[in-house]
Amino acid sequence: MDFLSNLISGLSLGSIYALIALGYTMVYGIAKMLNFAHGDIIMVGAFTIIVSISTCGLPVWVALILSVVMCTVLGVVTERVAYKPLRKSEPLTVLITAIGVSYLLQNLALLIFGSSQKSFPSIFDISSVHIGDLSMSGESVVTLAVTIIIMIALSLFINKTRAGKAMRAVSEDKEAAELMGISVNKTISLTFAIGSALAAVAGVFYGATYGFIGPYTGSMPGIKAFVAAVFGGIGSIPGAMIGGLLLGVLESLSKAYISTELSDAIVFASLIVVLLVKPTGLLGKVIKEKV
Amino acid sequence: MCMLKVDDLNVYYGKIHALKGVSFDVNEGEIVSLIGANGAGKSTTLKTISGLLRSKTGGVTFMGEDISKIDAYKLVEKGLAHVPEGRRIFLQMSVMENLEMGAYIKGKADKADIESVFEKFPRLKERKNQVAGTLSGGEQQMLAMGRALMSHPKLLMLDEPSMGLAPILVEQIFEIIKELNDAGTTILLVEQNAEMALEVSDRAYVIESGRVSLSGTGEELRNSDTIKKAYLGG
Ligand SMILES: Nc1ncnc2c1ncn2[C@@H]1O[C@H](COP(=O)(O)OP(=O)(O)O)[C@@H](O)[C@H]1O
Ligand SMILES: [Mg+2]
Repeated sequence: MDFLSNLISGLSLGSIYALIALGYTMVYGIAKMLNFAHGDIIMVGAFTIIVSISTCGLPVWVALILSVVMCTVLGVVTERVAYKPLRKSEPLTVLITAIGVSYLLQNLALLIFGSSQKSFPSIFDISSVHIGDLSMSGESVVTLAVTIIIMIALSLFINKTRAGKAMRAVSEDKEAAELMGISVNKTISLTFAIGSALAAVAGVFYGATYGFIGPYTGSMPGIKAFVAAVFGGIGSIPGAMIGGLLLGVLESLSKAYISTELSDAIVFASLIVVLLVKPTGLLGKVIKEKV
Repeated sequence: MCMLKVDDLNVYYGKIHALKGVSFDVNEGEIVSLIGANGAGKSTTLKTISGLLRSKTGGVTFMGEDISKIDAYKLVEKGLAHVPEGRRIFLQMSVMENLEMGAYIKGKADKADIESVFEKFPRLKERKNQVAGTLSGGEQQMLAMGRALMSHPKLLMLDEPSMGLAPILVEQIFEIIKELNDAGTTILLVEQNAEMALEVSDRAYVIESGRVSLSGTGEELRNSDTIKKAYLGG
């Protein structure tokens, strides 16, 4: 039963990676840029919870809404201010700008909250769940359940709704989408909004799982989620989901059975192996145009 | 009545001066062609009309309104549809979804509109749930045209619809262009296949390195010696 509970904590960790990876992959799919500031949105979301609950004494549900709103607005504003003016620039320029935005967010947090880690309020007052010998923490169960619901909702949105289909159209061909009457600017804003809202949710689960938040908290899960997105095939939404979950399980099992110190190295090495075998990632695809 | 008036377009790609004062007009109900060699500036002209590119001078008037500063995505609503060179259908979306995107401005695609596209292009109906990337070249062109028709355009701009198609399919595409025109759609056609284009056109303009070098009715141009030599193979 030990293996099963490791697997479940891996899936729960992987859910967090998947939620962040979805933002990376959706933004990449639409704007063809790697938003390296995406990880720091998690940190902002988590600090919003800390301030709302620990400092202002607001109820949990208000804090959750505030955190999602804060991250969504931050994501949309960042795109408008920092990335939109660079829409026609070299990818390298955009990448460096994204790294700059990441440092800006980290340093703002450093300025406001100081360098020490702040403890994250316990918001999921749920005791562990026991099934036979199997014991799962309440956070794990909630994280996994909420993530599954979000993934289903997101898939339905992308595949069945008009706005979701327009998103796919823009990610395939911006000019052609524009000729259909789709506003590319609005679609890009919507993508940043959804990605950042998912990052806020990831921030809540991350805080609840680890208990402490600092200005640099977002960078490691951010990088791992990026790895997960590439692992699954950057630009592919199911790829980000599967990549995130796999990465979480891999990390958790390596920690349990191989070595805690080496677990990150194993995670990154596995990415290299996958990319050597399949350069587009697990679900990344290349479609050629017919003449 | 003048539906589209293109006046003194000067369009640049960085330092490249692609259009050097292009002017022409299209009247309601007409088929007008722009013909000319590869690289003459035909596609650039269409892209400037549909707002994907901007002209440094002059302007574009559509149905009496100056549209030269309006965002491309707002022009569909005004009745302008542009089937770009190379079709540019959404290869990873299904045939049906492509048609739905064509009706994006209408909110939900009208069933009757979809049926009428399927009536014109029965091949699309058989493949409606297929991913567009798996269609043949001819089917992709049909889908590109069907998709544009979903918005009920007043003016349909077609950029080289016959490119890369087998002769029988080219015939079919031109048949459909004539049918659409008979049903009331004004058409601005860009073609390298000058012979076919001039045959269906009321009027045509010859574009040569970014300038209009000749114009006239389809008939006049087909009988012009210059055109015969340069574009009709003798
Ligand atoms: N994206 C671009 N960047 C730079 N030059 C371009 C671009 N597109 C077209 N051109 C140049 O502009 C001129 C006109 O091109 P185009 O309008 O595509 O011609 P046509 O459609 O008549 O074949 C050509 O000299 C072409 O090389
Ligand atoms: Mg062209």
